[in-house]
Amino acid sequence: MKTEKHTLTMLVDNEPGVLSRVVGLFSGRGFNIDSLCVAETMDPKVSRITIVTQANPLLLEQIEKQLRKLINVIKLREMSDDRAVRREMALICVNARPESREEILRLVNLFRAKIIDVASNYYIIEASGDADKMTALIGLLKPMGIKKIARTGSVALYREPKRGI
Amino acid sequence: MKLTGAQILMEILKEEGVDTIFGFPGGAVIDLYDELMRSGLRHLLVRHEQGAVHAADGYARASGKVGVCLVTSGPGATNTVTGIATAYADSIPLVIITGQVPTQLIGNDAFQEVDIVGITRPCTKHNYLVSRVEDLARVLKEAFYIARSGRPGPVLVDIPKNVGAATTDYKPIEPVNIKSYKPTYLPNIKQIHKAVELIKGAKQPVIFAGGGVILSKASGELTTLARTLQIPVTTSLMGLGAFPGDDPLWLGMLGMHGTYRANMTISHSDLLIAVGVRFDDRVTGKTDCFACNAKIVHIDIDPTSIRKNIAVAVPVVGDCKNSLMEINRVVAERQLEQLNAQHAEWLTQIETWRKEHRLAYQQQDVIKPQYVVEKLYELTRGEAIITTEVGQNQMWAAQFYHFKRPQQWITSGGLGTMGFGLPAAIGAQVAFPEATVVDIAGDGSIQMNIQEMATAVQYGLPVKIVILNNRCLGMVRQWQQLFYDKRYSHTLMEHAPDFVKLAEAFGASGLRAVHPDEVETVLAKGLATAGPVIMEFLVDNEECVYPMVPAGKPITDMLLV
Repeated sequence: MKTEKHTLTMLVDNEPGVLSRVVGLFSGRGFNIDSLCVAETMDPKVSRITIVTQANPLLLEQIEKQLRKLINVIKLREMSDDRAVRREMALICVNARPESREEILRLVNLFRAKIIDVASNYYIIEASGDADKMTALIGLLKPMGIKKIARTGSVALYREPKRGI
Repeated sequence: MKLTGAQILMEILKEEGVDTIFGFPGGAVIDLYDELMRSGLRHLLVRHEQGAVHAADGYARASGKVGVCLVTSGPGATNTVTGIATAYADSIPLVIITGQVPTQLIGNDAFQEVDIVGITRPCTKHNYLVSRVEDLARVLKEAFYIARSGRPGPVLVDIPKNVGAATTDYKPIEPVNIKSYKPTYLPNIKQIHKAVELIKGAKQPVIFAGGGVILSKASGELTTLARTLQIPVTTSLMGLGAFPGDDPLWLGMLGMHGTYRANMTISHSDLLIAVGVRFDDRVTGKTDCFACNAKIVHIDIDPTSIRKNIAVAVPVVGDCKNSLMEINRVVAERQLEQLNAQHAEWLTQIETWRKEHRLAYQQQDVIKPQYVVEKLYELTRGEAIITTEVGQNQMWAAQFYHFKRPQQWITSGGLGTMGFGLPAAIGAQVAFPEATVVDIAGDGSIQMNIQEMATAVQYGLPVKIVILNNRCLGMVRQWQQLFYDKRYSHTLMEHAPDFVKLAEAFGASGLRAVHPDEVETVLAKGLATAGPVIMEFLVDNEECVYPMVPAGKPITDMLLV
């Protein structure tokens, strides 16, 4: 059976220890976590956790069931297909030598990223997009010399039923 | 009404129908214990906190109620961990109340502080740290609800000292409603029809029942299904007692130390009806070869049990009792009783397997452990509540004591906890003061919680302990004997206490049998003696449990006597 990336997002009680239950489940049962994001939702009692994992279909079924079994997990959805949108964000500090500045600005434009800090020797770029876009941007910036990088995990939302199309 | 945290705890315990708790006091729970004295609740003071949890566990398994224990912070809490993991592995409903250092000291490495909620997260069904007295009542109600509903399990509630002492307005709590926790009790009727359709087509069906049948009190429904359609029944270790051990359809236990006919029946079946089981590796052996000719119907209340280890044709998520009731109803509606005739050939085949290899031993000059269990079965007319330790003693008890009813067999199946049997027997005896409760033990296991003899004596609990003394850690030694060329690395217990004198030192009675002809006399005398008794039997030190399926092999690859 084929192992693929899956994005799982869950609404959980916003209480101490809940993240640890979720993460502990993954480590205790040998499930894998590629990335993880957590933040409060509009309801301060509820947080949203997004986890990207790699699993074959049987394992994915087991991961989902085990997560649903946690008392603090209110709702869980798999967000891997087109019915959901997924985004990651990165802050990239890149060398800004005179000969490469032009190319950096061009890439920033192309990728609809932003420069949020400037000095004579570096730029810090803020970029967001799906995982492929981030990988592509990082790949293109690499020759210029990436000094440091901070990436978030993926966040995802299900699309609402569409009206008026 | 203004109540302290401690008073709220007592209120809720009574509201939940608790009359007995097992525990051990300490600094962090001194306020709770102070209130306990006035509460009218019965408390049994154990000698080690592990004993408290096993006793509460034995009480829960025997009575079907939630077992409760109360211990202090730090070491009191950590000592409960093995007991909690034991209950978790076997889905036993427990509420464990631990004391905690005052909230303002949490995180400061205070005296007797430990993060017990963190430690027990993976081995509880759920756990709580109560940081405000206002939350205490709700948390306790939820704890009992979670422990006993769905697939049951242990729930731990950690109460800081100042929360127990603080006062709040208490009003009885509304019925518990946890939006993220709604166990599925009723099966999907479409799945029931699919299951019945498979039953209808089967020529060689078999039922495989587990601990879930005991927990959901479904043994009546299971027996009806089996007898109506003449389907043979096997169980896991945890399922013993779910089907009468003297019924002609009974195959014995399956798996690593299952009977020849049970393992053969499973392997040749064309339909496996699995009820309240989780397909443990000790049951399946090599999973690729497990029941590989059979379509599998799997009924369980916990969706994670289904398709975890074994692929199934028809999953049924639901309570075992409800699901079996529905199956029985559909079977009756469709008048499928006449199907029983089409299983005649199958039952004849099983009878042949039964005759080919029975559970057997040769009683010669030295006492055979199996003989002791068989005599115990006869003398107690199969009516005793049996607890066990873990290892060979446990397997011989499972093979040679034939259980008539659920909740008569109390053993640590999933975790395999040595030292479980004695405190569990104490708990079972508390639940049924008039019953004969026997712990079948080995000389190794019994020493792990032997301190609880003092508890049994203090409370006049007449538990009977049968020690099958083979002077070694028999099950590990058996593996070394069979698979490690008899290299007995640290399994020979060259020194053990004099168990008769030990019993007497505790204030109990002690008896010993050395020759086979003393076995019956010692058992009869021990069972007739009032109060707790240790009966020691010096048994053959190289006896092995057979059949045996080597780990990871198909269950048809049995080593036989």
